[in-house]
Amino acid sequence: MSTLVLDSASRWFGNVVAVNDVSLSIGPGVTGLLGPNGAGKTTLMAMMSGFLAPSAGHVTLDGRPVWRNTETYRQIGLVPERELSFGYLTGRQFVRANADLHRLPDAAAATERILEVVDMVEPAGRRLDTYSKGMRQRVKIAAALVHDPAVLLLDEPFNGVDPRQRMHLMDLLRRLGDEGRTVLFSSHILEEVERLARHIEVVVSGRHAASGDFGAIRRLMTDRPVQYAVQSSDNRTLASVLMAHESVRAVSLRGEHLDVQVGDLGSFAVDLPGLARQHDVTLFELSPSDESLESVFAYLVAR
Amino acid sequence: MNATIAKLALQALLGRRRFFLLLAFPVLLIGLVALVTALLDGEAAYEVLPNLGYPLVLPLVAILAASSVLGPEVDDGSIVYLLSKPVNRYGVAISKWVVALGATLVAGALPILVAALITGDSTRATALFVGAVVAGTAYSALFLAISAVTRHAVIASLMFVLIWESLLGNLFSGIAWLSIGQWGLRIGHEISSALPDPANLGYAIVASLLVTVVGAWFAGDRLRSFSLTGDE
Repeated sequence: MSTLVLDSASRWFGNVVAVNDVSLSIGPGVTGLLGPNGAGKTTLMAMMSGFLAPSAGHVTLDGRPVWRNTETYRQIGLVPERELSFGYLTGRQFVRANADLHRLPDAAAATERILEVVDMVEPAGRRLDTYSKGMRQRVKIAAALVHDPAVLLLDEPFNGVDPRQRMHLMDLLRRLGDEGRTVLFSSHILEEVERLARHIEVVVSGRHAASGDFGAIRRLMTDRPVQYAVQSSDNRTLASVLMAHESVRAVSLRGEHLDVQVGDLGSFAVDLPGLARQHDVTLFELSPSDESLESVFAYLVAR
Repeated sequence: MNATIAKLALQALLGRRRFFLLLAFPVLLIGLVALVTALLDGEAAYEVLPNLGYPLVLPLVAILAASSVLGPEVDDGSIVYLLSKPVNRYGVAISKWVVALGATLVAGALPILVAALITGDSTRATALFVGAVVAGTAYSALFLAISAVTRHAVIASLMFVLIWESLLGNLFSGIAWLSIGQWGLRIGHEISSALPDPANLGYAIVASLLVTVVGAWFAGDRLRSFSLTGDE
């Protein structure tokens, strides 16, 4: 059982602040690090894995700093986003080299055991440059797990992996979390994170925007004001009906469209069809005008 | 020294296309010397060595070797796979240096010996070989250190060899005091006076040792602080 702690950690490059005063603590189980591209996830990951010095603050694993501390890698398994450039090795040779670098007493057995865990025994004899993206990802995870680390850090592990392989990877990570390991993975896709992680940390523009279990984050994301564009057979009638609904904050007419600002997404979505039918209005179109993840994140930051 | 790192470095060296370039240098050098010996005589052919083989082929081979064992991994960041392990960083640097040194001696110093033997005088050949071993040792450590610092390691190393040692070294004799090639020659001079005597012997020995040790140590220290900056 290991805990990774960031204490007011910041990192800047020149005058660009990549990570701004982030404090968080990551314990056993699967944690998702969620944020849009460019939010500083990779920088955070690099600091947590000892590959970047914090410009200010501290990053520690069980109380010991990770920067310039080679011994921490006995506890950490790292799956970088970087591609493997060891294309001339077979999967087995690559995992074995990792086992050897850890000076495992029985490196050969450890290699076979972990290849089995990631279900890569059969293709392990082939060269890495013949692998699909999902296979490479699994070999990288095998290499990171071969020394049985308490902490597993994965940077965008599902990027470019096909859906079936993604399911496999998720099952694997879930299992590792259930075993009591501290598993942290980063992603910019909400669905990925909420399917896998019990605990979610959200970063936006280098800042720690939200933290909590999946339900809390989901509520934060759905209970925010959302803008809808509606087109119906009678926009004016619908406007007056909607204005009376408690979830609606504002309604305005814009040409053929009705712009509706909604405070509570859940009840609005449930009640809208009934209200329309009740007043004999036909709905032609309903489209959220700011549903992009970026606007969700922007909301979380502004909150 | 870490056997796994050394093995991977050797695979990286042999597995890339650069390896053929590394192979081409000694083949061309020996071929040229053999040809001139056959057409003219050994004395004329020998001139190729102090003017081309020793001051150019040897450092170029060292640059290729040193940048092959470390450069690409640092450039594309895949060295994190080796560094996310509880492995002493100086051990990593020394292992990589040993591989680069081995390649420099095999593809740089040894061909100089063979070529020099073709031209006759075996004492002179031994002297030049000893000089090449000394210089190759220091070169490979220096170029490894440069590879650990900058993405433009090959260019920086080439500038050191071509502009500092060759161009300026020919113009100003004082540069011999700061030229790895000249230190090697000075040490070889002890064996055969066919080699020049550009600097103080004790100084040449100490300076060569210092560059080697500091170069390897510095490469290790840079690896300890290796930073992964995102593509973001």
